[in-house]
Amino acid sequence: MIFLDSLIQGILLGGLYALFAAGLSLVFGIMRLVNLAHGDLIVFGAYLILLLVSLLNLNVFVATLVAAPFMFVLGWILQKFILNRVLGDDILPPLLVTFGLSIVMQNVLLETWSADSKRLSAGALETASLTIGPINVGIMPLLIFISAIVVILVLNLIIYHTSLGRAFRATSDDPVTASLMGIKPKNIFSVATGLAMIVAIIAALYLGVRSNFDPSIGPARLIYAFEAVIIGGLGSLWGTLLGGIIIGVAQTVGATINPEWQILSGHIAFLLVLMVRPRGLLPRAFD
Amino acid sequence: MSILSISKLNKSFGFLKVADEISFDVPAGQALGIIGPNGAGKSTLFNLITGYISSDGGHIFFQNEEITQASPMKRTLSGIGRSFQIPQPFEKLTVFENLLVAGTFGCNLDEAGTTDNCVEILQETGLAKHANLPAGQLSLLERKRLELARALATNPELLLLDEIAGGLTQGECNSLLATIKSIHEKGVTIVWIEHVLHALTSIVERLLVLDFGRVIAIGDPGEIMKSREVREIYLGIEV
Repeated sequence: MIFLDSLIQGILLGGLYALFAAGLSLVFGIMRLVNLAHGDLIVFGAYLILLLVSLLNLNVFVATLVAAPFMFVLGWILQKFILNRVLGDDILPPLLVTFGLSIVMQNVLLETWSADSKRLSAGALETASLTIGPINVGIMPLLIFISAIVVILVLNLIIYHTSLGRAFRATSDDPVTASLMGIKPKNIFSVATGLAMIVAIIAALYLGVRSNFDPSIGPARLIYAFEAVIIGGLGSLWGTLLGGIIIGVAQTVGATINPEWQILSGHIAFLLVLMVRPRGLLPRAFD
Repeated sequence: MSILSISKLNKSFGFLKVADEISFDVPAGQALGIIGPNGAGKSTLFNLITGYISSDGGHIFFQNEEITQASPMKRTLSGIGRSFQIPQPFEKLTVFENLLVAGTFGCNLDEAGTTDNCVEILQETGLAKHANLPAGQLSLLERKRLELARALATNPELLLLDEIAGGLTQGECNSLLATIKSIHEKGVTIVWIEHVLHALTSIVERLLVLDFGRVIAIGDPGEIMKSREVREIYLGIEV
């Protein structure tokens, strides 16, 4: 029974990791850009929600809705004025720029909010639970998992069933030919990063509600996101969810055996999957 | 009236001149063929016209408007469509999606506004039965047809065809020729680079010969093919 409980908790935790990773996966799938500041952008999102909650006395969910357009614009500006300038055949410049951005963001957050850890409050939802037979499932973890599925469904809907999505895929396939078809690849990249930031603010909401956060935790969260994206298969959003679930399950099962093994178990699962499937479980950039 | 006018166009890659003071006009509705030995600068000329690469000097006018500095996107929107010598479909998109991308972004239309046109082009180019197939799974002939179809989906006034008949069997070539002929008969101006001379001369009204980035001759295809210089340079026949 304990094992079943760990399994379910792990699957639900995978939803959170998938949310961390979905924006990263989207951006990588479209422009082959590895955004090392993605974790810090999520932490920034959590502080933004906290700011809106404390200034306007909003509910965290409403504050997330208010913050979403702001995050879209932030992503759009970040891509248009910084990342588009360094994207090219060489993968090193964007890596260095996003690494630098990560450090800058951590320091700005530290200066603005101090190193004290914070938390977002979702009220009674945080402790509410649902009893299914012998298993108790927290409403908040369930909500996080459902949100991850909805986010991936919506992203897939955009990518595969809209004109914008076709432009994403065409640009991902061949940006030069896409520009001869009337597409502006750099504009498409900016919209994609804006969209990734909307996913990041949703991840930020659940990060803040589920655990404490401080300016320095971005890179640690980024590691889980990376692992989920890589073992899921680069560029595949459902693969990212699957990757998140595998890491989540490995962590909770590891913690059940010995609490000290939680983080290590996730990393070992990551390495094991890579040994068996080096290209990930569902490898494909958007097709 | 000229739809395309090129004046003293220059381009070099290092010490190699690939476009050397190229000048010519293409009247609206005409089909112009371009021939020349490998490395003569034919595809580079298309790259310059479409904005794929920028020129070092000279001017390109399309419908009396200078487009020398315009972005590839702007040139597509203004009515220049192009097929590639080596087909470059969006391999992971279906055939129909390839056309939809060209139709929506290349004509600035919404999906509803371009769908009927794309369906019509699929039928015209013989690709209707492959509409839902990923473009990466097409054969060479089908890829060439898709190149043509995608260029047509941008609703071009000027269609640039780059060795579209190359590598095809006689039967495939004839079938593609019939399609190109019907497109030309609708009034689309065509500039066509081709090594398959019988295919080219069956459609074009004028022929231009390039060698080392220079225009060697331009005029009636029959006259051009009789020219001693052209036969020496292009056909390698000592006269």
